[in-house]
Amino acid sequence: MKKARRREKLARAVIWGAALLVMGVLLFIIAHVLIKGLPVLSWEFLTAPARDMGRAGGIASTIVGTLLLTAVAVAIAIPFGVGTAFYLAEYTKEGAVTRIIRFSAESLAGIPSIVYGLFGFLFFVVYLKMGWSILSGGLTLAFMILPTLVRTAEEAIRTVPRSYREVSFSLGATKWQTIARAVFPSALRGIANGIILSVGRCIAETAAVILTAGSALRMPASLFSSARTMAVHFYTLAYEGISMPNAYGTAALLVLLIFLINVVANALVNRFVAKGNK
Amino acid sequence: MPPKMAIRRLDFFYEKKQALFGLSLDIPANGILAMIGPGGSGITTTLRALNRLYELTPGARMEGEILLDGKSVHGADVSVTQLRRRVGMVFDVPTPLPVSIFDNVAYGPRLQGQKSKKILEEIAERALTQATLWDEVKDRQHTPAMRLSGGQQQRLCIARMLALEPEVILLDRPCSGLDPISTAKIEDSLTLLKQQYTIVIAPHNVQQAGRVADRVAFLLSGRLIEEGPNGEVFANPRDPRTSDYITGRFG
Repeated sequence: MKKARRREKLARAVIWGAALLVMGVLLFIIAHVLIKGLPVLSWEFLTAPARDMGRAGGIASTIVGTLLLTAVAVAIAIPFGVGTAFYLAEYTKEGAVTRIIRFSAESLAGIPSIVYGLFGFLFFVVYLKMGWSILSGGLTLAFMILPTLVRTAEEAIRTVPRSYREVSFSLGATKWQTIARAVFPSALRGIANGIILSVGRCIAETAAVILTAGSALRMPASLFSSARTMAVHFYTLAYEGISMPNAYGTAALLVLLIFLINVVANALVNRFVAKGNK
Repeated sequence: MPPKMAIRRLDFFYEKKQALFGLSLDIPANGILAMIGPGGSGITTTLRALNRLYELTPGARMEGEILLDGKSVHGADVSVTQLRRRVGMVFDVPTPLPVSIFDNVAYGPRLQGQKSKKILEEIAERALTQATLWDEVKDRQHTPAMRLSGGQQQRLCIARMLALEPEVILLDRPCSGLDPISTAKIEDSLTLLKQQYTIVIAPHNVQQAGRVADRVAFLLSGRLIEEGPNGEVFANPRDPRTSDYITGRFG
């Protein structure tokens, strides 16, 4: 009896310890970035063009570059990724084809991003002559996030109870009506989580972006312009020792941006599914 | 009067396993037919054959014929979505969709393109009233259906099916897991509904069949053992296996 109680206490201490350590490290990193970076942030830093390689001025062009590149990647990847997930989960029987698709997606998800970068560079930039551009970069990032998107979306679709589908069919729904009206709304939260994860990866990516979108600091004029993202800018500032304060400022803004995207996306999903759940 | 639905020499298979053997059964109009039998007798299978919902189950197939108003439900001119609107179904566990009470009831009519809020509201009131749920939910139709109690959820599922104004209603153990008061409410609404609809029910016990059914069919291991008017089957079962089952000797 006594021994069991001691073990209980020990297990509790170990589990709590692990959780506290993880939380502590994460909080330390975020706090460090914010403490060093927040004082740098100002209206001018956000809106002014960079001067002197980023030593002075702001980071406006890299904010625009990040948003455009991510938007292109996500806009291309969502229809294909979610479509593939619905195909795998709803439209096909388990068999050789689904196994191959799933195996490919799982393998692709584990490939280092620089490999995608090299592929994007050779295929989009050189072979298709699209040059270093937001479009080349966006397409490359779309390929990079597709596997994650397919897997998370398929997972979300499969967790929708079978009974929802049966109810829908029993009320005279067609397959498409069932998917659109009964399955999709219930899978939306899971699909959105996969999208948020993918957006985060796009925003954070550096190697593949440098190879395909380049690192021009000018404000991009169109999707065919080269652009530098905030992550690439941060990397350049820090690695080449150009300006540590501005590097921290960029990093702090990156953290805030990802935080903001999470909050907004969750609010949107909540609003959409609010009527039904709970 | 010809039967509303008829099952003719129905053999049913899940992959290679046979679940029904040469089942023939008439479902008379405007009455309640109770299908009784121990678990695994093929009752759920029969119900899911009647509205062709079995087609969702991989590996399930049937031979024989099922007629609705004398016409095969597998006929080339029959659309399966149309068939399922005419032959509605309620499942053994309450299955509200994760939307509001109103959106659950409006689900079927909306599939058919009904957009008018006024008409949908009329349909909802009529269906919820028929399912004896209206008084309990009329002031909170736009709250989540998941917040209702189990018994209310099941009556909502009945209302959702009634909103389509089906001709035949299939109820697969609709009261399993419900308390006696909810069960009584559902049974009350069934006796009202049979004036308008043809009802097939798999009751959750023999007593329920005795209370609500006009006719009773007893199935065992995928075969029809006996079928007849409620009073006769319970008072004078022709087959010893029927009397064993209804007196509770097995099952």
